[in-house]
Amino acid sequence: MRTAVILLGLLAAAAIPGSVLPQRNVASDPAAVLNFATDNPELYPWLDRLGLFEVYASPWFAAIYLLLLVSMTGCVLPRCARLWQAARSAPAPAPRNLTRMEGYRSFPVRERDPVADEEPGSAGPLKRAAEVLRRRGFRVEVAKDEVRAERGYLREVGNLAFHLSLLVLLVGVAAGRLFGFEGRVALAEGETFTNVSSAYDAFTPSVWTDTESLEPFAFTLDEFDAEYAAEGPKSGEPRFFNAALSYQAGANDETRRLDVRPNHPLDVNGTKAFLTGHGYAPVVTVRDGRGDIAFSGPVIFLPNDGSYASDGVVKVPDAMPQQLGFEGFFLPTAATGPQGPYSAFPDALNPQLFLTAFAGDLGVDDGEAQSVYTLDKSGMKQLRQADGQPFARALSVGETMKLPNGLGSLTFDRVGRFANFQIAYDPGKEISLAAGVMLLLGLTTSLSIRRRRIWVRAIPDASGTAGSSTLEVAGQSMTRWPLPDKDIAHLVETLAANATALHPPEGSAS
Amino acid sequence: MSFSDTMASLSNGFVYSAIAVYALALLAYSAEAAGRAARRHVVLVPAATAAVNSPTTPEPEPAPDGWRRLGAIGTSMTVLGFLLNLAGVAARGLAAQRAPWGNMYEFAIVGALAAGGAYLFFLSRRPVRDFGVWIVAIVLLALGLAVTVLYTPVDALVPVLNSYWLVIHVAAAISAGGIFTVGAVATALFLVRTRAETRAKERGGDVDGRYAASLPPSTTLGHVAHAAHMFAFPIWTFAVLAGAIWAENSWGRYWGWDPKETWAFITWVLYAAYLHAASTSGWRGVRASWFALAGYAAFMFNFVGVNLWITGLHSYAGV
Ligand code: HEM
Repeated sequence: MRTAVILLGLLAAAAIPGSVLPQRNVASDPAAVLNFATDNPELYPWLDRLGLFEVYASPWFAAIYLLLLVSMTGCVLPRCARLWQAARSAPAPAPRNLTRMEGYRSFPVRERDPVADEEPGSAGPLKRAAEVLRRRGFRVEVAKDEVRAERGYLREVGNLAFHLSLLVLLVGVAAGRLFGFEGRVALAEGETFTNVSSAYDAFTPSVWTDTESLEPFAFTLDEFDAEYAAEGPKSGEPRFFNAALSYQAGANDETRRLDVRPNHPLDVNGTKAFLTGHGYAPVVTVRDGRGDIAFSGPVIFLPNDGSYASDGVVKVPDAMPQQLGFEGFFLPTAATGPQGPYSAFPDALNPQLFLTAFAGDLGVDDGEAQSVYTLDKSGMKQLRQADGQPFARALSVGETMKLPNGLGSLTFDRVGRFANFQIAYDPGKEISLAAGVMLLLGLTTSLSIRRRRIWVRAIPDASGTAGSSTLEVAGQSMTRWPLPDKDIAHLVETLAANATALHPPEGSAS
Repeated sequence: MSFSDTMASLSNGFVYSAIAVYALALLAYSAEAAGRAARRHVVLVPAATAAVNSPTTPEPEPAPDGWRRLGAIGTSMTVLGFLLNLAGVAARGLAAQRAPWGNMYEFAIVGALAAGGAYLFFLSRRPVRDFGVWIVAIVLLALGLAVTVLYTPVDALVPVLNSYWLVIHVAAAISAGGIFTVGAVATALFLVRTRAETRAKERGGDVDGRYAASLPPSTTLGHVAHAAHMFAFPIWTFAVLAGAIWAENSWGRYWGWDPKETWAFITWVLYAAYLHAASTSGWRGVRASWFALAGYAAFMFNFVGVNLWITGLHSYAGV
């Protein structure tokens, strides 16, 4: 047990640094570790060597909990064996000296009831005591001159179930870590996602994830709705999100519709898609220098503040004679402050798109993977106005900007939205849940049930009066709690009450 | 005024009245504690000399009726304060049309309610009135911070908080917190009293130290501490599990080592260490107590520190 205390203390201490330092693979801010490295270039490599940016996956953290589980198993298995024996053998005999035990009482019983009359000696009150204890849920053994009773075995069962559930939990967690996956995808309204690993924006498989045969399904984001508190101190706080999807589970499945909201994921055979974020995807149409439509559709702009001022780029590789690129920001409720334009509210009340334009080679054809959110300007030239200033425009919905030198134009058709989905598959989830239920039931049982023993011993009267004897009652708590008073009190009461009831005053006896 | 506005201002009225009544309770309780401590001290000196000078048994301490009455007044005030606090929470729930534990202001007033309730519950079955002054002080602190620093007008929740698992999770966490508070007070007093008893034993004599002498014996305090922790621990376990289920429901993973989750885990592990230490010979008593207090510190840090200083997925709970 001392080992357990020390290791538990260590485990608690070891978990602390991970809550203070940024962690890799912890969801809230993927850039946090990189930022820390930039801010603390000297400290970072040392902390990194100690695994302090991946505390919960570090060998020393694992060492502590594995030691704990091993030591626990070593503790608990012998206890299982002892419980098994205890359950198969009769309750323990009474110690010789009962007066030293808890709740000791002794009282005379005179014996003359029918049962006792049939059986010689003092068996009568003992039998009744046994009956009383049995009715109170004790396991009872009647020996020649004593009753041995014990109850609360379930406490041990609970304790064992609780400790063993921790092993089950380990299995559940490991199953998820070894076979599950997590991924993220951003979809603009009208776009479709098909569940293959290449369709993800970010895909994190586990060691043994079968990447080739993910659950086959596809869904389209038909429409995204968001509502915000329009007034009051929490003005601008989100109040309602809804992603209306059409989805197909399996290649031949009919198309179904589902509203995905926070806490209401799409669930296809255990692979779940959760709505985790959203933003704006302005719909634009770009015409190239020849007047042909080179691009038309939504472009995802990533929000960078609570009012959804968003940054993004538009790439038009099909534009002729030169490829076109646009860079800029989108403000759902454009306003002008001392620092320049900003967004005053997250909803699209006065949407404006601010863009500058580039022409040249986007660099998308040389096969290297490129972020869709940044423009590689190495082969591009910024377009300039006649006066030499960079070309830049602010567009409201429906407006078009004409590029200099007849390179084409861009029209801001309408405001669209996109939604972020977190897609996760964890085959260990059910095991972990079962472990959690087992843990809770076991714990509650083990903390609420008191295991204890009660003994009743009959001492035949020294005077030798037929059927008269003294009863001794005492018990022993097998936990840190005292024996419940009721156990013994009830016994005394019942036996005493019976005794008087059976022995009315002299003379009126039958 | 709309129904919601009426309820909201009623709620504020109730909370302020609760503060006033609890302040009276604090006065009564601390007067009682001070009185008892002082009387002990006065009685102790002649009793000790008497014992030396004459073999007759020293006179039993006169029942401090006046002080006891003050304590009873403190308890009545505590009950009243609790009821007002309850009314404040209920009105807040009616005003917001949801379970009233969605931001830190609400956590604080519901936490105060839970601590007061847990104390009164224990008081109904064990002689724990000596805790009263400390519990009431903590409750007052929570309510005071709530109305001054943390106050937020009634409002709806951000969508991700709209989940009945969350309602269950937070309710369980706050209930456990109330009982842990009683456990922590019992543990701290246990330490104070045990120290005084050990000194008295070394010196040979009665427990002195004005305050320690007025406390119940350490065995009683230790029992209450253990009972409170045994009671709260499964509830806390349930809260953590419910939180995991909610996290699975909203983020797609049941455990992600988010700071809030990490501190819930630390709290849990420290209390588990306490329960083990309490059944380990050599660790029982004083050493085990430190684990319980560390567990409570971790619990409070999770409610206060993590919300304020550490950003994570949970931080939208808002101040
Ligand atoms: C993996 C971490 C562990 C956790 C979270 C844990 C938790 C608990 C809890 C909450 C209790 C109930 C306390 C009580 O009944 O008063 C308990 C009891 C117990 N634990 Fe553990 N335990 C762990 C590991 C261990 C280890 C390593 C051992 C053996 C060295 C152990 C042996 C026991 C025993 C013997 C009891 C029963 C105590 C009694 O009957 O009072 N546990 N454990």
